[in-house]
Amino acid sequence: MSAPAGIPPRSAAVPGGARAPAAAARPPPCQNGPVQNQMQFPFGYGLHLENYSASSGHYPPVPHEAVPSQLNNQYVADYHSACYSIPVQSVMTTSVGPSMLNTQQLYSGAPHPVESAGGLTQGAISSASHLHTSVPQSYSAVSSHYSSSTSSSVASQGFPLSSGRYAMPTVSSAVYPNLSYPSMSVGSPYGQVFTSQSLPAVGQFEETNTFPDQSSTVPRTLQQQVPLGYNSTSWSTSDFQSAQDNFSRNNTGSLAKASNQINTVGIVDSSHPVSQNVQFTKPGVETSVVSSAVTSSIRTPVGDHLTEPASVPSNTQPSESLLQEAIDSSSTTSSASPVINNYDALEGGGYPETNSAASSPAPTPQTSRTPKPFGYGYPTLQPGYQNATPSTSAMQPSNPGHHSGFQQYPQQYPGVNQLSSTLGGLSLQHSQQPESLRPVNLTQDRNILPVSPVLAPVPNLNSDLRKLNCSPDSFRCTLTNIPQTQALLNKAKLPLGLLLHPFRDLTQLPVITSSTIVRCRSCRTYINPFVSFIDQRRWKCNLCYRVNDVPEEFMYNPLTRSYGEPHKRPEVQNSTVEFIASSDYMLRPPQPAVYLFVLDVSHNAVEAGYLTIVCQSLLENLDKLPGDSRTRIGFITFDSTVQFYNLQEGLSQPQMLIVSDIDDVFLPTPDSLLVNLHESKELIKDLLNALPTMFINTRETHSALGPALQAAFKLMSPTGGRISVFQSQLPSLGAGLLHSREDPNQRSSTKVVQHLGPATDFYKKLALDCSGQQTAVDLFLLSSQYSDLASLACMSKYSAGCIYYYPSFHHSHNPAQAEKLQKDLKRYLTRKIGFEAVMRIRCTKGLSIHTFHGNFFVRSTDLLSLANVNPDAGFAVQMSIEESLTDTSLVCFQTALLYTSSKGERRIRVHTLCLPVVTSLADVYAGADVQAAVCLLANMAVDRSVSSSLSDARDALVNAVVDSLSAYISTASNLQQSSLIAPNSLRLFPLYVLALLKQKAFRTGTSTRLDDRIYAMCQIKSQPLVHLMKMIHPSLYRIDRLTNEGAIHVNDRVVPQPPLQKLSAEKLTREGAFLMDCGSIFYIWIGKSCDNSFIKDVLGYPNYASVPQKLTQLPELDTLSSERARSFISWLRDSRPLNPVLQLIKDESPAKTDFFQHLVEDRTEAAFSYYEFLLHIQQQICK
Amino acid sequence: MESVVFIFSLIDCCALIFLSVYFIITLSDLECDYINARSCCSKLNKWVVPELIGHTIVTVLMLISLHWFIFLLNLPVATWNIYRFIMVPSGNLGVFDPTEIHNRGQLKSHMKEAMIKLGFHLLCFFMYLYSMILALIND
Repeated sequence: MSAPAGIPPRSAAVPGGARAPAAAARPPPCQNGPVQNQMQFPFGYGLHLENYSASSGHYPPVPHEAVPSQLNNQYVADYHSACYSIPVQSVMTTSVGPSMLNTQQLYSGAPHPVESAGGLTQGAISSASHLHTSVPQSYSAVSSHYSSSTSSSVASQGFPLSSGRYAMPTVSSAVYPNLSYPSMSVGSPYGQVFTSQSLPAVGQFEETNTFPDQSSTVPRTLQQQVPLGYNSTSWSTSDFQSAQDNFSRNNTGSLAKASNQINTVGIVDSSHPVSQNVQFTKPGVETSVVSSAVTSSIRTPVGDHLTEPASVPSNTQPSESLLQEAIDSSSTTSSASPVINNYDALEGGGYPETNSAASSPAPTPQTSRTPKPFGYGYPTLQPGYQNATPSTSAMQPSNPGHHSGFQQYPQQYPGVNQLSSTLGGLSLQHSQQPESLRPVNLTQDRNILPVSPVLAPVPNLNSDLRKLNCSPDSFRCTLTNIPQTQALLNKAKLPLGLLLHPFRDLTQLPVITSSTIVRCRSCRTYINPFVSFIDQRRWKCNLCYRVNDVPEEFMYNPLTRSYGEPHKRPEVQNSTVEFIASSDYMLRPPQPAVYLFVLDVSHNAVEAGYLTIVCQSLLENLDKLPGDSRTRIGFITFDSTVQFYNLQEGLSQPQMLIVSDIDDVFLPTPDSLLVNLHESKELIKDLLNALPTMFINTRETHSALGPALQAAFKLMSPTGGRISVFQSQLPSLGAGLLHSREDPNQRSSTKVVQHLGPATDFYKKLALDCSGQQTAVDLFLLSSQYSDLASLACMSKYSAGCIYYYPSFHHSHNPAQAEKLQKDLKRYLTRKIGFEAVMRIRCTKGLSIHTFHGNFFVRSTDLLSLANVNPDAGFAVQMSIEESLTDTSLVCFQTALLYTSSKGERRIRVHTLCLPVVTSLADVYAGADVQAAVCLLANMAVDRSVSSSLSDARDALVNAVVDSLSAYISTASNLQQSSLIAPNSLRLFPLYVLALLKQKAFRTGTSTRLDDRIYAMCQIKSQPLVHLMKMIHPSLYRIDRLTNEGAIHVNDRVVPQPPLQKLSAEKLTREGAFLMDCGSIFYIWIGKSCDNSFIKDVLGYPNYASVPQKLTQLPELDTLSSERARSFISWLRDSRPLNPVLQLIKDESPAKTDFFQHLVEDRTEAAFSYYEFLLHIQQQICK
Repeated sequence: MESVVFIFSLIDCCALIFLSVYFIITLSDLECDYINARSCCSKLNKWVVPELIGHTIVTVLMLISLHWFIFLLNLPVATWNIYRFIMVPSGNLGVFDPTEIHNRGQLKSHMKEAMIKLGFHLLCFFMYLYSMILALIND
């Protein structure tokens, strides 16, 4: 217990005894209910170690010595005596000035009571579950126990404890403790399935009227099932009816209450889902649940603006079809135990044709007559590919812009016909070919870029599954039709992989609080919409095909408050859900949010002037830092020495402690360097105000980054958290020092680009150590010279941090970068954050993941260790088909991200994607997702350039296009061999690959600084697909003639939708003004003879000559065109979390190369134009 | 004298066989998720240099004692060991890098390599045994 912080005792792995007292000794944190402390811990931990085995050596289940209150006494005693004699030059105190701000409360009012109340419920609930788990030893035993035990035991054990505290209806709440379903208000424009199901809030009691209806349907299904051999129902219909009565009685009572509470909370309308949430809880608790959901939903209303609120699929149809599904599947396996061989029959039978016809409003008539349920036959079943606008838009309520996407096809059809007539030999079956397989002659068709943004292809599933499927924003596969065998995949020459954006900010996310999280017992898959229910009591895992029992608790559906409908539970109705996890999913009590800032204060850094911006941003956002009452914060600065800041509560001003022994850096006062944000807020503010001026006269040019990081690691290792490092030059002292490796003369070399890999393993080791202690390192590099990002980036790459790079940063000379830093910091400091996270990606048996891309550490074969996870992190994986998928027609992928929220809750976010399996090569091409494929290829190319060489990577990229197109041409034998033909789904492939080749990361011949290149590579590896695509292929719009034609309405604003332009100088005219959206930056290019009215009305200057060179903002003018331009730009901005910087570029300004380098279709000195590239590919194919 | 050479080679070869088995066991532990990548790699990297030295010594010994056939047999493997050790990128933690071992089928290729080496060492073992007996008889 008395070990120093830096060396956590490895032997602390034994749970139980050593731990429980520690937990008891702490001041009870939010999560631990008072009941929980003594007895429950051992079991939770024991169970946990099996599932999320955090392994022995390097990931000690984090010791309780971590807890600061314990550290204080012994550590200080030990350590001080030992270390204070070491050459501390001086422990000097800087005066920061008297505290000028008025004192604040320790807690910022609202969060605290809410937290504690939430904690109490949690405690009570988990205690209930623990009393259960404490009887049997293993999980399997638990579930069997559950299924046999009566609900009264739960009620008697768990809830009497809490019943004094909460007024709640005993029966219903005890059996089905809590499923909070806080989603969205009815009034919100993002109408989703669930809101639309909820009844119009005319009167609360109307809801009870629905129960007779639903209960009448349920018995009916039961009766239907009897003839089918369904005989395992453990309840009688009359029982059921009485239970139903019970519910309705409870509901009337609780709903009346609910309406009051909602008013007091004042966040959500009285919509159906929320009222359930209220039902069991007091207002305080309710606020915590709702508000957490609401904050997550409010933060970025990304993308979904386009969603049609009108798309309301009717409630009963899908549910009936699902019932039908259950019945059907039970009919196939009614008597015999399920045999492995008949998956196909089972899964096929689960979704019979009649259902798809019944539940989709306007399907094409042949849909119901397809021979196979999942539409192997493209010729006939193609609701996704045909432009059946009404049905698809209704099916995809959460998918932005499908409406507009489908509108473009009719426009293209004339072109298709012309093309086919010119090509000849295509008339055969042309009308039945899906749109994505339509051959496009690339060399002849000059306008292949669609006018509206390219959308993800929709998997060719039946409409029920398609509706349930995961949003392509979170989860995309490069092939939406999975080939059946590896041989077929090899033939197609397309990469197979997934692109994930798991922690994306979501507008709507069902949050489920359930004491048992239903998972497959063998592969641990979470229950998801694509499992099949064999009967009411059993479900079959869709990944490993094991048949599992449905736990008793799962039989109750809190959404409809009905019993016996496990398939209507929100877990089974949503492919993206979030569970609030019990202590089984914890290795230690959830950590608090801990932030440590490591700031470079050498001469170089002070000169660049970033400190002011950082401190100012921090001051502004101090209250918005995600966290709870336990949030802790600390600061370290470094030049040739390392400075610590004692911010212990009670001091009159911050104390600076300088450690000059950088070879063996130590923590001077380990307990007061990371302090509670709320308790020491005054001191922190003082420090932030003083920091920018403190080092103004420094002459120290050296930078001891390595020792500072070692100190930061020591400081963070007891708790874990986030280290933000601001560095402005090459580290030149102590461990981890680097030397300049860049030869400026080689910047534009076409041959070999060296030094793409790290120079030392110091940063990698450090990152792995940090990752083991649940600490992520985020790097902000603000340098004007070469700083060896290749080496420095390792500290973030392997600790799941993120990297920001501001080349030639200067606060006054480079205002664009300064503004960018400011905006990035705002986002960085306030965005959601998940701590001590792990992510596991599971896929259907037969598929296996062999390579991972992104910032993390792969701890074991499929477990990614993410010390921190942020909403802007994307991941990619490559897969191979190990066993052929002959006995299944669907494959599924599931990502489970287990993390600790900043409020100290352990949560699991689960995404499930379902895709069809196809046997023919044509179908594989039809389902290719070109954007995902290009992003995956970019990731692979980064790996290749580091491990092999840049030219290898470039060749590989070109070969990817050549191989896939030649493979396609050879399959379509009736095509003209002489022309370059691509399927419509891949028509943008050559363009995107060319754009990649001209990316900073991979380009040769053009002068590129090594750090710029490395940064581009880092971004490719860690950005989610949406951002990466913008980076690879920016969008160009003409904005001087915005009209309201085709405009969309977002929040009472009219947003014009100018068409996308080709990235070519031929589209630029001197008379126009163009906007280029590169993801992190917007360029506005103004032609020389640009219309004066545009300059006057939008830019606010009389003529072209008077427009300044460095304009970074559009003025708010009261003209129509200005309004249109601003609303368009702000609409683009709102659609992404990184607030992009606007940069105005005049035609003759030197910055115009920045703009022109993105025009990828044009020829440059060192690279092909698009047309030349096509010819090059054609040559290669013909070879 | 010759018998001494072969006795030494035999002992050395035994050690190498054990080492190969250890490599295989550790790698399969990683495959089965019993240990994590970090500890696996730090375990294995410790033994890369001893393996290299052990094998190089035998190879050189064979050269010195003018057993050309055995020398030529050992040469490719020894060269591979040295090449692999030299070609480790400067940023990696060793031949086995925890951040890369799960990527691009590296684990499988390491496993394959260890298997091949085990087979090779077994072959050598019997060869040395035979040569040793022969040498002892000749003495």
